Amino acid sequence: MLDLLGDVLKRTRERGATAADAFLVEDRAFSAQVRLGRVDTVKHARAQHLSLRVFAGKSAAAASTSDFSRTSVERLVDEAVSLARITAPDQLSGLPDAAALAREIPALDLADPTGHDLSPEDKIELARRCEAAALGADPRITNSEGGDFADRRARYAYASSHGFAGEYATSSFSLSASPVASENGHMQRDGWYHVTRKRASLDTPEEIGRTAARRAVRRLGARQVKTCEVPVIFDPEMAASLVRHIAGAAAGPSLYRGASFLVGKLGQQIAAPGVTIVDDGTIPGGLGSRPFDGEGLPVLRTVIVDRGVLTSYLLDSYSGRKLGMASTHHAARDGSGVTVGTTNLYLAKGTADPKALIESVKQGLYVTELIGFGVNGVTGDYSRGAVGLWIENGELAYPVEEITIAGNLLDMFNAIEAVGNDLVFRDRTAAPTVLIGRMTVAGT
Amino acid sequence: MLARPESFFEDRFGLTSSAMERLLGSQLAGRVDHADLFLEYRISEELTLEEGAVKKASRHVSQGAGIRAQSGERTGYAHTDDLALPNLEEAARQARAIADQRSASAAVAVGTGRPHDLYTLAEPPVTAALDRKVALLLEMDAAARALDPRVKQVIASLGSEDVIVLIATPSGFAVGDVRPLTRLNVTVIVEENGKREMGSYGGGGRVAFDFFLEADGQEERWRHFTSEAVRQATIKLHAVEAPAGEMTVVLGPGWPGILLHEAVGHGLEGDFNRKETSAFSGRMGKKVASELVTVVDDGTIANRRGSLNVDDEGIPTRRNVLIEKGILVGYMQDRLNARLMGAAPTGNGRRESYAYPPMPRMTNTFMLAGHDHPADIIKSVPRGLYAVNFGGGQVDITNGKFVFSTSEAYLIENGEITRPVKGATLIGNGPDALTRVSRVGHDLKMDEGVGTCGKDGQSVPVGVGLPTIRIDGITVGGTQV
Repeated sequence: MLDLLGDVLKRTRERGATAADAFLVEDRAFSAQVRLGRVDTVKHARAQHLSLRVFAGKSAAAASTSDFSRTSVERLVDEAVSLARITAPDQLSGLPDAAALAREIPALDLADPTGHDLSPEDKIELARRCEAAALGADPRITNSEGGDFADRRARYAYASSHGFAGEYATSSFSLSASPVASENGHMQRDGWYHVTRKRASLDTPEEIGRTAARRAVRRLGARQVKTCEVPVIFDPEMAASLVRHIAGAAAGPSLYRGASFLVGKLGQQIAAPGVTIVDDGTIPGGLGSRPFDGEGLPVLRTVIVDRGVLTSYLLDSYSGRKLGMASTHHAARDGSGVTVGTTNLYLAKGTADPKALIESVKQGLYVTELIGFGVNGVTGDYSRGAVGLWIENGELAYPVEEITIAGNLLDMFNAIEAVGNDLVFRDRTAAPTVLIGRMTVAGT
Repeated sequence: MLARPESFFEDRFGLTSSAMERLLGSQLAGRVDHADLFLEYRISEELTLEEGAVKKASRHVSQGAGIRAQSGERTGYAHTDDLALPNLEEAARQARAIADQRSASAAVAVGTGRPHDLYTLAEPPVTAALDRKVALLLEMDAAARALDPRVKQVIASLGSEDVIVLIATPSGFAVGDVRPLTRLNVTVIVEENGKREMGSYGGGGRVAFDFFLEADGQEERWRHFTSEAVRQATIKLHAVEAPAGEMTVVLGPGWPGILLHEAVGHGLEGDFNRKETSAFSGRMGKKVASELVTVVDDGTIANRRGSLNVDDEGIPTRRNVLIEKGILVGYMQDRLNARLMGAAPTGNGRRESYAYPPMPRMTNTFMLAGHDHPADIIKSVPRGLYAVNFGGGQVDITNGKFVFSTSEAYLIENGEITRPVKGATLIGNGPDALTRVSRVGHDLKMDEGVGTCGKDGQSVPVGVGLPTIRIDGITVGGTQV
């Protein structure tokens, strides 16, 4: 892989580029879906992708290809270099400072060398067991969108004309079930999942299937509520979605464009004192961990919000320069060049017992699912469709649906009255249960 | 960009029709209900302007093959982006492994028909001269800033692609398509007294670059996109809190057709109905909308973003009526679900790329025009919301609950449009929402060509359309109780 990158960088120089970097991904993936006990779909995938960024002086351009033939790669380089001649120069463009590049590749334990050594039949069996556990958990589980197992092994390599060259390998495994519950002619679907870097760390198919069934069954009989203003508790999955909104607003490109509700808020209180948000790419075995970012900079632990105060933005080299700051090593590669991406992003756990949080609410909403795209990143205005359980006198009383919750993200984060002690990493972004003092719930 | 798909894959990768027949024949023939090979070559380009200059430009090539074998309800799928024959043979073996345990039923012959010719272009957008594209983006930047001094930032982007596909089956059937697509988008950030807002607008289709320079009504399209983005952003600066609760909503024509896509479209896709996991399962022939409502999915409209000459399984697209005068009359099908439901494929088998197996998907989904004057519809509402632009939407297929979020909406008070309100999510119940349509305008309009639909991790370009309609009761998710 590094040889190919070396050849590519050499050719960029020959074609007149003054600097360049290139990122390469190769992966092999397998997935199996079983539905109602029978194999539904089995997929085998083999993919490769090379993305290249070139500089001609202060002008830049990007190109990518999945065709690694010599002629195709040469054409890619030529096109990238000629594209760089039509883009406008930008004094702030360029590779990161060579002195800041990662010197060593830390061992983050991201691969599972033996975990993939299962036959397709055994992988299908894991999906089957997962779905079967859901189907057997409750007589009201009457149908299914299936049980799924997937695994993927990937290799990443990055090299730049500064002389950086590094590579690493990752594994991932996932198992999920999506059962359908029905009662009185109404159906409800829900699901549960687990994603890990080690196959052995996956929850058992039975645990995942039973949880999925419990989640679907508890939605049966859901109804609307009257429009009101009440406390709202976000379960850990949904609290994680709020953390993603903060990370999106803290991303360099949103900030220098003025397209973020966090513009000019660095050093200010933007959330209640119980809120600490961290992005940590160094967690061994973490789903979002990586040894270096998309520009070869060592990945760090960044505190974005410290006890309610916005302490750091998320920056790559370019957006850092635009804002007069150093990169926070959050560069991510996409086809079009470099963007900002998070690693393992989480809301630090608090002290509250999640059950006690529910008991503390006389009348309110416990949110278990949110749908739609009603978040304005410029103003923080927030309005999304919600599913959950209605809280009456401190108890989860009945399921609700066809309602919305609305507010403004800054107001919402300032109104966080309690943070649960139940932080678990099931995905790259995680959060414990969160209680927001007051939001508008719209229904009938 | 190039010649016929058949000769393209032969010339570039040595994949002759006999090589493909051997590949499909020796590995798959006779053992499965259906098998196909999908070859794809895609070139795309993106130019982005910000801070008054085009500083980002990129070009991408992707290629690959997907091989599928189906037996009963089972699908084996393998894809590779290395088109060398040994790789394809390995992929065919992997695809077959799952499907060949026993062939459940005899292969059903599918009448395939002639592909359409909906978007042959003299010059595909991806090959138009770069300097003309750069000049257009610079002109948009200048126009936006000239329109209003409150414009602080302009981000304009032009994306273009050309996709060549070839679909082959063991019976020797092969059909190709060359699919151009382009989209021009502009986002402006405006600022007044420290308050910021954003407005976005754009359009495109399977059209040449010159489409953006041509007039659509009064002004050139690029100029219209630019002034719309500025207008929407500045209106939002003075928007008041949106109301919360159930109320009458009037939807404007065009892009608000996203209502149909979410409320009924996904729920009428064959896969969910075959599995009986859709809120519309078992409702064929039943009333699911007011008699004023006829909804069509039509993949055959020339040059539209959601149109295709053939779908990604080689079936020519069609005009499919989904709801006729309120009665559910049709689902959208791919080959697999059509076969399992004993129905005909409808030309809706689509995939994001060779890396995914096809699924039933929408093309251009719209409601036919009615007879009411749009102004009368607004006048008929004592208190409600008039929503003319939207962001995205989403649906839970199984319980039928759907959302879509306004990006430009106004209060209606005593039959008059009054104040603009902040963005709010509207939530409703699919099988019920269209039964509440009480007025349908004569002003059917298709969207500008910006829609992208996501399902099961796959994105495909789609279109929507709507006349002005009145819905008597849908929940508006504002903050104002």
